[in-house]
Amino acid sequence: MTLIVKTITRYTVGLILLFGIYIVLHGHLTPGGGFAGGVIVALSFVHLMLAFGRETAIKKMSEKAAGILEGLGAIMFLLIAFMGLTTGYFFYNFFRRVDTTETLVEYIGRPFALFSAGIIPLCNIAICLKVGAGLFAIFVALTFLKMNGDAAGDGEKK
Amino acid sequence: MFCAKESCSILPLFVAVPLAGAFLSSLLGKTSSKISDFLGSLVPAILVLLSFSFIGLKEVLVYKMGGWIPPFGIVFVVDGLTVLMLVTVNVVALMSTIFSISYMEKYTDKWKYYTLFLLMLTGMNGAVITGDMFNLFVWLEIGAISSYALVAFGTEGEELEASFKYAVMSSVASLFILVGIGLLYSYTSTLNMADISRTLVAKPNANLINFVFILFLLGFGLKSAIVPFHSWLPDAHPSAPAPISAMLSGVLIKSLGIYALVRIFYNVLGVAGGGRVLLVLGLISMVLGALLAIYQKDLKRLLAYSTISQVGYIVFAFGLGTPLGIFAGLFHLINHAVAKALMFLNAGSVVYATDNVRDLDQLGGLREKMPVTANTSLIGSMSIAGVPPLGGFWSKLVIIFAAVESKHWAGAFVAILVSIVTLAYYLKLQKLVFFGKLPVRWENIKESPVLMCVSMIVLSCICIALGLLLLPQLRSVFLDPAVEVLKNGVGYSKAVFENIK
Repeated sequence: MTLIVKTITRYTVGLILLFGIYIVLHGHLTPGGGFAGGVIVALSFVHLMLAFGRETAIKKMSEKAAGILEGLGAIMFLLIAFMGLTTGYFFYNFFRRVDTTETLVEYIGRPFALFSAGIIPLCNIAICLKVGAGLFAIFVALTFLKMNGDAAGDGEKK
Repeated sequence: MFCAKESCSILPLFVAVPLAGAFLSSLLGKTSSKISDFLGSLVPAILVLLSFSFIGLKEVLVYKMGGWIPPFGIVFVVDGLTVLMLVTVNVVALMSTIFSISYMEKYTDKWKYYTLFLLMLTGMNGAVITGDMFNLFVWLEIGAISSYALVAFGTEGEELEASFKYAVMSSVASLFILVGIGLLYSYTSTLNMADISRTLVAKPNANLINFVFILFLLGFGLKSAIVPFHSWLPDAHPSAPAPISAMLSGVLIKSLGIYALVRIFYNVLGVAGGGRVLLVLGLISMVLGALLAIYQKDLKRLLAYSTISQVGYIVFAFGLGTPLGIFAGLFHLINHAVAKALMFLNAGSVVYATDNVRDLDQLGGLREKMPVTANTSLIGSMSIAGVPPLGGFWSKLVIIFAAVESKHWAGAFVAILVSIVTLAYYLKLQKLVFFGKLPVRWENIKESPVLMCVSMIVLSCICIALGLLLLPQLRSVFLDPAVEVLKNGVGYSKAVFENIK
């Protein structure tokens, strides 16, 4: 890519990553969440790949690491769901702190308070890992296919 | 047997266990293929045990995800029909994974295969167990998308083409289903199946129900390959690796297609039998599938056309709408699931031994070299063709009785005729593959490895034993509760809402 693209990428890529993380962490307070944030996080790496080429991006995050992060994200999400099972229900919000002064409705979240929604932010982080790593891995796979068009694919007969 | 409250809390495991297995296999399977082999067989084994613990369930179990009360949260509902489907799906899945351990050695990246297999299993279990319309769609897509990848697993031209065709057709089907769900949601303002059914009873709207009926018929009809929508199946099912063909033909089109179709028509929309539409489509599939199967030269393709024909029987039986018809349909569904899974595993065994030769003209006389495969295959063929005393005979007999009982003489007559045609093409298969003279080029072939034989033998034993399901003692715990659910029709919503704790 041209010098202009490379320079601007250098300045913005960190900001995009940060913005993605912000969207994820504030998912329960503002619009967005694990999926949207995960996509933005993945886009920051994709951006890097588009500007500087495949090798640079792979150095920051190899396809192996993406695969592992994706699996970890999914398992983390499932674990959170399982932990709810210990206190009653699958996916039960077991971190909830019921406000005892309110008798009618059980409030567990407070507006604009970052640490207030129980397991929701944790779920968001897990989803971000899964979606971000997954999307990046798909993009890497696409470039991979283009580079080695006739290389051995998955599950090919031996 | 669990007591009601405990068994309720294990419901999410039907989805969570295969999901965990899939992700663990994708994380750890790369290090050693032993781990993914182990996980791949362990997970269906756990699921079989779990599903067996529900047999004989007296009441409807409703599980609230995250403690949210329906209709606001997603619910899992287990009743007689669900138990029947869960047992069938998981038993066939277990046999397929045991078969895969040796069979999939021919392919690279076995862990990817197991990851996709377990995801597909998640989709099927989820679609069967859920009580929420949109949730059903999500499971449907999980099952379907992993099966596209599995059909293309060999990455050869033919397989990729079949997978692409399957993906396009199935996506169109999903779109129809999604539009149907959207229309229902816009009218009833709820996605919970029981609640939709309740609302539709409270304020009926014949136009909406008719239109949604057609959309679902197109969508689920495509998924279950009833005749005008069948063209993807004869490509997709033979192209997949044998254990996957067994899963696709044996249980995937039944859990994602027929189960969902029947559940929605009977329990949600309340259009039991769907007028004469299911009846006519069933008859057409029956005849066309059988006629096309006779002319096939490819071993697995013949089996795929046979699937279309047998699905025709099942749909025909459900189309009758009488209690005996429903019973016959469910009974034939189980019989065909087991027998067709067995037949595809046999085909896999032949392909494994002959290094991917599926042309009937090049095979022959394999009986003396592969006795286990030949004998189990004979049992499977005869069960599907309807030779007494195997399971398939009884279910076809009940289907014909049901047709006679509701005075569909023509239907009964066609069912008998097609049954003869079925016998003809299975005898052709047997003769060309296992009997006759052994060609010189197959002098040195060997019987398949032990694990493949084990799964084929177990399935053939089940094939023989399934006739016992007609005995009143076994019927009353396994088949009758499922028939009750469908007979109950829109009473489903009452049953669900009464059992929310």
